[in-house]
Amino acid sequence: MGNKQTIFTDEQLDAYQDCTFFTRKEILRLHGRYYEMAPNVVPMDYTKDPDVKLPMQLIINMPELKENPFKERIVSSFSEDGEGSLSFNDFVDMFSVLSEMAPRELKAIYAFKIYDFNTDNFICKADLEKTLNKLTKEELTEEEITLVCEKVIEEADMDGDGKLGFADFENMISKAPDFLSTFHIRI
Amino acid sequence: QPPSITLHVPEGSESDGQEPSPDNERALHTSFHQLILEQSSLIEAGLELEMQERARESPAYLAVPEACATAWPEPRQGEEHPRHSSASLQILASMPSRTIGRSLGAVISQYCNRTARLRRQSSRPPLQQLCRAARPRALSLLWARDRQAVSRRRRLLVKELLSLSPSQCSHMLLTMPLSLAEKRILRRQLSGQRGPVRQRAHGWAPVSPCAWSRVCVGLGCRGLWYRLLSLLRAAQPGHYALKQIGGRFGSSVLSYFLFLKTLLMLNFFSFFILLAFVVVLQAVYPSASVSSQPFSGLELLTGAGHFTHSLLYYGYYSNATLNDPCTSTPEGSVCPLPAPLLPYNLPLAYLFSVGASFLVTCILLVYSVSRSFRESVKSSTGDLAIKVFCAWDFKVIQRRSVKLQCENICTQLKELLAERRSRSRSQSRLGQGLVLLLAWLLALGWVSGCVLAVHYLLEHMHVVSAASQGSGRWQQEAIQMVLPLVVSLLNALVPHLFNLLAMWEKQDSPVTQVSVAIFRNLILKVVILSLLCYHWLSRSVICSTEECWETCVGQELYRFMVMDFIFTLLDTLFGELIWRLILEKRLKTKQRPEFDIARNVLELIYGQTLTWLGVLFAPLLPAVQMLKLLLLFYIKKTSLLRNCQSPSKPWQASRMSTVFITLLCFPSFLGAAAFLSYTIWSVQPSETCGPFRGLETIYKSGKRWVLVLEKSNPNITWFAWVYQHLLENTCLLFFTSVALIAVIYFNIQVVRGHQRVICLLQEQIANEGEDKLFLMQKLRSVYEQRGRRC
Repeated sequence: MGNKQTIFTDEQLDAYQDCTFFTRKEILRLHGRYYEMAPNVVPMDYTKDPDVKLPMQLIINMPELKENPFKERIVSSFSEDGEGSLSFNDFVDMFSVLSEMAPRELKAIYAFKIYDFNTDNFICKADLEKTLNKLTKEELTEEEITLVCEKVIEEADMDGDGKLGFADFENMISKAPDFLSTFHIRI
Repeated sequence: QPPSITLHVPEGSESDGQEPSPDNERALHTSFHQLILEQSSLIEAGLELEMQERARESPAYLAVPEACATAWPEPRQGEEHPRHSSASLQILASMPSRTIGRSLGAVISQYCNRTARLRRQSSRPPLQQLCRAARPRALSLLWARDRQAVSRRRRLLVKELLSLSPSQCSHMLLTMPLSLAEKRILRRQLSGQRGPVRQRAHGWAPVSPCAWSRVCVGLGCRGLWYRLLSLLRAAQPGHYALKQIGGRFGSSVLSYFLFLKTLLMLNFFSFFILLAFVVVLQAVYPSASVSSQPFSGLELLTGAGHFTHSLLYYGYYSNATLNDPCTSTPEGSVCPLPAPLLPYNLPLAYLFSVGASFLVTCILLVYSVSRSFRESVKSSTGDLAIKVFCAWDFKVIQRRSVKLQCENICTQLKELLAERRSRSRSQSRLGQGLVLLLAWLLALGWVSGCVLAVHYLLEHMHVVSAASQGSGRWQQEAIQMVLPLVVSLLNALVPHLFNLLAMWEKQDSPVTQVSVAIFRNLILKVVILSLLCYHWLSRSVICSTEECWETCVGQELYRFMVMDFIFTLLDTLFGELIWRLILEKRLKTKQRPEFDIARNVLELIYGQTLTWLGVLFAPLLPAVQMLKLLLLFYIKKTSLLRNCQSPSKPWQASRMSTVFITLLCFPSFLGAAAFLSYTIWSVQPSETCGPFRGLETIYKSGKRWVLVLEKSNPNITWFAWVYQHLLENTCLLFFTSVALIAVIYFNIQVVRGHQRVICLLQEQIANEGEDKLFLMQKLRSVYEQRGRRC
């Protein structure tokens, strides 16, 4: 294998391969994508692990995320600084979890984070309403939305507190055959 | 005397008055700071006790006895009652089950526990990979913000991970929901700790040579594995193409192309086995063949002519040991030359290669079926919730397709709501039933009509070709092509008639509609293929005049495959390109033709069945199929991107993939395997050509070899004995079937038991929820009483 690249050290690439579901080539490709979003800010040399973060506005303009109604939520779920900006680590992490090799449990954890709009670790009725509005681009009537929210909570809530905790969400996801193939972004 | 503690609740800790977030743990801890200080001393005492009791088990001292942790909501604190019930809300928000995945310390300790449990259980592997949402212990919350505590927990986790096997360790590292920066720190600590192990082993005499060499080998293998993985992924064709297709059309259309890739892989393995063990060797030792005709372009279409006596067909292969110099001497005379060191018996190689390629295909298919079955078990409840959370396909990135997807989901949700609201069915059940019955009768009638047509055509063609023996070559070739043409025409046109029928029928749910369409197409193809197989094997009408009938059958199959490819191309051309032009220019609508997934997949399965039927008679047929599939991939992709729109019917992509691969396995592969077995066991090969000439059946060659082996080397009579008594005995088959049925029954009972346990656990969870509410109310009432008393 050619060792001509000088973006990462070999040790860094090995670390990335061990901690994510990507291979060397894919990680270098991801770096290329990260770089081309802001060539003035992102350095080409990552051997010293520079502390560079790209703001959310740049990331949600990526073609893979641009039309996704949940793009802000996706980016903020993987952001470590709470404002939605992603470092390269976070960027790789995001696409690694959304890749097709990530296991169901890991995807369920992050899906829960994404659908939890007010980050209170529950999917309450308000979160569900926001989710539905984003899914259907507000085509459903108020009454229909309320009905759907009620039915969803009725179906999935197991301990009767009127909200979906992570255990409820995960239990529901485990019954969904499509989850792995729909919660997947190809990069 | 219990310490008096003031319970001071911070007001307005949340900006918009929503429930307090466990992210805001700092506020929580400063409010309960006093309480925590008092309690931590108690907990330390509890820890000491724990450690003494469970001295054998390593860092399980995290397990605080539950009694201790729940001891402090006792009504001995609180002179001041809380001003709002937000205090109870804060308590609820900080409970262990609510903070999973939130704070760094909580996640680390959760995975520490999980790793410890995994290590303890490592002697017996877990029966199922259910995700245990392990509750992080109460202690971890107290230490969550303390940086020192986090690094201490990290060290613990690293220690736990080191005690696992390398594969388990790397799996743990990959599946932990920590940020990548955190994982890299962990990994660095892991490799740092592993490093000294290696150095120590260098300096000393082998302390644990097994462990050290295992680590080294493990690391080396992992590096190799990564290289292989990236090579494989780079070699896969059309990664960008798949992304384009998924982005515009979603997972359902993508499943067709993924299925095509699966078929490519299956054919590659079959082809490779046959190439390595049969074709290449026969090419290296060419047999003394009949003078063949010169090459003209028509061979590519008909497979006859120049190709008849070539590596493509069965007839070319010799029936003797390849590198034996005595093969050219006549029978009966003594051969002066010595026997070769490594005799290569081609008939055996031929038989075993075909068997091996089928076995490999079988294993790969069963593996694919089981893997996709696991993913697609349908549940009856929870439809709406699943639709809300899992219906959005994140792969779709084009604006128009996204809009379409929104509309789809909206429609589906409305339909589900309507279904729930009104359970009452509409009128005339009887009328509906009558229409269905009529439609099915019509469909079956058409199928029988097609079958009869093919049957009479066969007879007619036989007569015509017998009559035209003397006429020109072009005419003969044309006559040979009529049967494949007609069959392909029927296969192409009748599905459209079935579609018309379905429109008349007006089924309720689209899923049923699609399933019915697939089933009818399947019946048509299966029946026609069975008829053709019967005629090929009985040789009453087809290939009755040929001496080398296997080559003839091989040629027929080749022609069928080529015709199938041509008709697929024509169908793409007319069904997609020209239809789009008509819609655009003539009818002036914005609509474009849809990509009919079911029909296309069935065509792929049909082509693959032809390949499997023909492998015995034409060993290079998998290569032809591979070429065909590659061309199809790019042609279909281009046509799709230019001419089609996304499907408007809702498709559960994963369930459909399961259906496709099951259809590939059961009617298609099993039928081909049955055909092959019958040919090998009961049909007499031709006298003058091929590797099995002169034998009673192809199977007898294996038997003959075993007898020869027995005679030449008396030491391995056990092998012959095994062969005779185990493989040829029907008792063995009987016992294996009984064992298989027993295993299936056992599994069914286990699954039933699991379902019962699940019901019980769900009840338990509901009860726990009610308990919690009860306790909170009791607590509030106690506080209120205290407040009133004071």
